Amino acid sequence: MNNDDYLELDFTDNIPDFQINRRDFLKLTSGVLILFTIGDKEVFAQQTRPSLPTDFNAFLRIGEGVRFSCYTGKIEMGQGVHTSLAQMLADELDVSLDSVDMVMGDTDLCPWDAGTWGSMSTRYFGPALRAAGAEARQVMLQLASEQLKTPIEQLVIEQGEVFDKTRKAPRVTYAQLTKGKKIERHLSQAAIKKMPSEFKIMGKPITRRDAKEKVTGKAKYTGDIQLPGMVYAKILRPPAHGAKLIDVDLLEVDKMKDVQVIRERDFIAVLHKYPDVAEIALSKIKANYERPQTGLDDTNIFEHLLKNASEGKSVAKEGNLQEGEHLAAKIVDETYLDGYKAHSPIEPHTAVAKIEGNKATIWASSQTPFSTRSEVAKELGFPPENVRVITPFLGGGFGGKGRNPQAVEVARCAHLSGKPVQLVWTRKEEFFNDSFRPAAIVKIRSGITAKGDICFWDYHVYAAGERGAQAFYAIPNHSTVSYNLSDVSPKGHPFVTGPWRAPANNTNTFARESQIDIMAVKSGMDPVEFRLQNLKNEKFRNVLKTAAEKFGWKPSKTPSGRGFGVACGIDAGTVVATCAEVEVEKTTGEVKVKRIVCAQDMGLVINPEGAAMQMEGCITMGMGYALKEDIHFKNGEIFDVNFNTYDIPRFSWLPKIETYIIDNKNADPQGGGEPAIVVMGAVLANAIYDALGVRVFQMPMTPERIKAAIKKG
Amino acid sequence: MEETIQFKLNGKSVTLTADSDRMLLWILRTDQGLTGTKYGCGEGYCGACTVLVNDEAVRSCQTPLKDVRGKEVVTIEGIEKNETLHPLQKAFMKHDALQCGYCTPGMILNAYSFLRKNPKPTASEIIQGMDDNLCRCGAHNRIIPAIEEAAKEMEGGF
Repeated sequence: MNNDDYLELDFTDNIPDFQINRRDFLKLTSGVLILFTIGDKEVFAQQTRPSLPTDFNAFLRIGEGVRFSCYTGKIEMGQGVHTSLAQMLADELDVSLDSVDMVMGDTDLCPWDAGTWGSMSTRYFGPALRAAGAEARQVMLQLASEQLKTPIEQLVIEQGEVFDKTRKAPRVTYAQLTKGKKIERHLSQAAIKKMPSEFKIMGKPITRRDAKEKVTGKAKYTGDIQLPGMVYAKILRPPAHGAKLIDVDLLEVDKMKDVQVIRERDFIAVLHKYPDVAEIALSKIKANYERPQTGLDDTNIFEHLLKNASEGKSVAKEGNLQEGEHLAAKIVDETYLDGYKAHSPIEPHTAVAKIEGNKATIWASSQTPFSTRSEVAKELGFPPENVRVITPFLGGGFGGKGRNPQAVEVARCAHLSGKPVQLVWTRKEEFFNDSFRPAAIVKIRSGITAKGDICFWDYHVYAAGERGAQAFYAIPNHSTVSYNLSDVSPKGHPFVTGPWRAPANNTNTFARESQIDIMAVKSGMDPVEFRLQNLKNEKFRNVLKTAAEKFGWKPSKTPSGRGFGVACGIDAGTVVATCAEVEVEKTTGEVKVKRIVCAQDMGLVINPEGAAMQMEGCITMGMGYALKEDIHFKNGEIFDVNFNTYDIPRFSWLPKIETYIIDNKNADPQGGGEPAIVVMGAVLANAIYDALGVRVFQMPMTPERIKAAIKKG
Repeated sequence: MEETIQFKLNGKSVTLTADSDRMLLWILRTDQGLTGTKYGCGEGYCGACTVLVNDEAVRSCQTPLKDVRGKEVVTIEGIEKNETLHPLQKAFMKHDALQCGYCTPGMILNAYSFLRKNPKPTASEIIQGMDDNLCRCGAHNRIIPAIEEAAKEMEGGF
């Protein structure tokens, strides 16, 4: 796959609900092209989008001694590419893993990158990095062959040293061959990457290479950047989305010692050398707002979304729904709901800006350093090359830090004040300015024959997006339609929405796999057997059988009272199946997840340890959206402002977790950071049904909703 | 109120003149440059800012400077001994008991304080003792065995 395809895929597959006009598209993907206008089609047509460089020097440097640097526009937010990308480069270069230093997310030093999201680092950046490593290794062999006057075939490499395999000496190091200079030589033919059978470092479980820095407190996050003369900013925020500033009284804050107030129209910020004093200063500002009266809240939002959805877009279609319906012995017609969710990384959006003359340096907790650079450059009126974005470690991202208004805000503060400035959103700001996972509705009408074959499937998803919407069961007559919503308008979402770990797929899989279970019940079949009967794809069958076998699934009609559930899904190319056991306290409606068994086929795995960690993270985080997480709001005001009401998974929620990765190393690598989360809503909904005999059709499946379902019967 | 406060920080005596109502978190991060202590929620719900005061885990975002007068404060930067990692730090590394690492200093210090009171905990006691420290990445599953292992290695010694 070339890089252009990769970009297309980012948007159509991963953020399908994004209404993209050309300008937005450029803004999101390019560091340079943003300067052109929407109408300037000719210019657009002549420009190619930025893509990964072809010169391997952009990805790596051979340092003096035995150090090697790996340059990547990817960032480390916990997902582990700091380790797995180093494994790829070390293996292809034939150097030790310990000798590779990672340089990540620095727009001046690293090759352009679209951003770290969509489980794409291993799938799409990985092959480019490995190709660069393989080419550099081949060039080293050529140079060594000349220097040692030995044919290439006779040379071997061990940890960055080349020697004649028949004599073992003399040895020449990569550093001696390159003398610290850029490698000018290139191969006429692409070097061949290693086969899995040749791997020495890839495919081996490696513990995190960033762990020592992180357990000692030495790891630097954006908020840990402290510059001489730096001040901390706090920004005046409206009480509700859509509220308009009527008047503001700055008298009290103006009296405060050492506090600088900056104002540009409605943008008002206070600066002080201590963040806590800046916070106090902000509280002295008296501001009056006109609040919007939209009447929209978290209970009536679904009607609003249905009413204002765009014309549907067909995602998949085959056969004839009417003919399929004629074959149906039983029909299931259901509606599924999902509320807004916050990303809630423990590190809020943070940025630091330093402006000197016409140059700016920005440190940002950003999943997209290159588009952050474009946005800051636009705000400051600087050419993008005059803005350097540096990305230290991120304290979690989950999709939310693909959008970085904090970097633009801090640049504005630095520009207006003439000082280096740090901005850390407070938790309340994080819950207000975050791009929430959209509330959404799925309507499914489907039927089964008397034999338990799914004969038609009519699927409509509103506001979530199309990722994961398409059914992978063998259904002769099916149709999948996706309806989008515009963002932040009277006819759209009441606040900004955006990609949240496996965007759209969590909602779609909840609906699809709940519906499948209902059909299994209607056909009197065990849910695993019903799925196997309707799954023809061997990969899905294998993953599902693995999960069921490892779980010790014994077929039974549901509800069995055991509290067992199953669900299948696919995300970022990876097929996943999960079985769950739950216990539900009927009087309180509280769910205790006791055990989760998850199997996935993700093709070639670079770091099995890292992959397992991601699966565990997905399972744990997924319990949150399934059972508790919900953004409460009315008239644009967000009522959840901290973790006291927005309940994220904690130690006491933890089930026994078992993960299994199917050995499929000869297949291309697929995504790992998101797939295992998509099934969590459905697998718990199905397990709750199996325990109680009642179903909850809305996420999160809170105790109140479970009690209401029990009451309804 | 502006006053001079003396306390012990990571084994060294510190005297500073500051508004004693300011929260310890910001004193540590700004005045003292000890950025291993993290801001997560500012209201004591997440535990990212956990430090030890006289060996007791406290939320530094809720602890005014005046409360540590004459006491001993230890941050993540201060639990290594003789440049050797603390058993908890080693166990977190060995078990990959972290992802983004932002909650990690608070997790380790809370576990330290917990193990002082309960040197031989069961897994369920660890879960209870750690329940108010939040992790969004989902490293919980590895943090519990890491603490179990560290407890065994420490055998009640710190």
